[in-house]
Amino acid sequence: MTTDQENDDRAFKRDLLASLPNLRAFAVSLTGRHDKADDLVQDTIMKAWANQKSFTAGTNMRAWLFTILRNEFYSQMRKRGREVQDSDGLFSERFSVHPEQYGRLDLQDFRKALDTLPDDQREAIILVGAAGFAYEEAATICGCAVGTIKSRVSRARTRLQEILGVSGEGDFGPDPGDAAITARAFGS
Amino acid sequence: MSEDETRNKEKMNTPQSSNFRPGAMLPNASISRKLREFYDAVQEEGIPDRFLDLLERLEEAEKSAKSVNAK
Repeated sequence: MTTDQENDDRAFKRDLLASLPNLRAFAVSLTGRHDKADDLVQDTIMKAWANQKSFTAGTNMRAWLFTILRNEFYSQMRKRGREVQDSDGLFSERFSVHPEQYGRLDLQDFRKALDTLPDDQREAIILVGAAGFAYEEAATICGCAVGTIKSRVSRARTRLQEILGVSGEGDFGPDPGDAAITARAFGS
Repeated sequence: MSEDETRNKEKMNTPQSSNFRPGAMLPNASISRKLREFYDAVQEEGIPDRFLDLLERLEEAEKSAKSVNAK
């Protein structure tokens, strides 16, 4: 006989599995490396499993898991007193893991730019711009007001634009005057 | 997102507007695209075996704990 409890357990595990790729991508964005990200995801799975009862079936499992992972990340960081980040290892590790089809240097530049953002801005733009959360959900996950998330996202965007605009198109592309003329000419 | 829509509308209504920043839409769009590219690349790696194993172990542990309690 299948009890309601068993059905809930199965649904819990299924939803947990379905959320894992997204959760893991968030962990990589927070930690900056795959090995640390996977340790963090493992801790999160164990925490989530142990606290299964505190999860209300039918509510947003993804937001719940992201909240656990985020709390775990910051509490670990506090405990370790912010280890010295090995940026060189960080980027070479990313390099070896992502030899994908798109421009490697391109993506590496982007990663570097992302890493210059303050933690709160980076997580905000990742949650809203990549992980697919609404502003309200991101605010719940980060434990702050919706307006705070909005302003963090907008500051993060501006900052990334500045960094990438200068080191990318600005250096090698047409000068701003030409770009304006081109833009007008093509009505874009 | 509504910010972008507003900006789009402004641009369409006032193409010669002096506060139109050259190429302003382009970097914004490419930042969003890059962000998703980076994120999706990790997502597409799927679920490493260690997590599947872990979930199995957790499930086993729970089952055996239950059967011990039942006895």
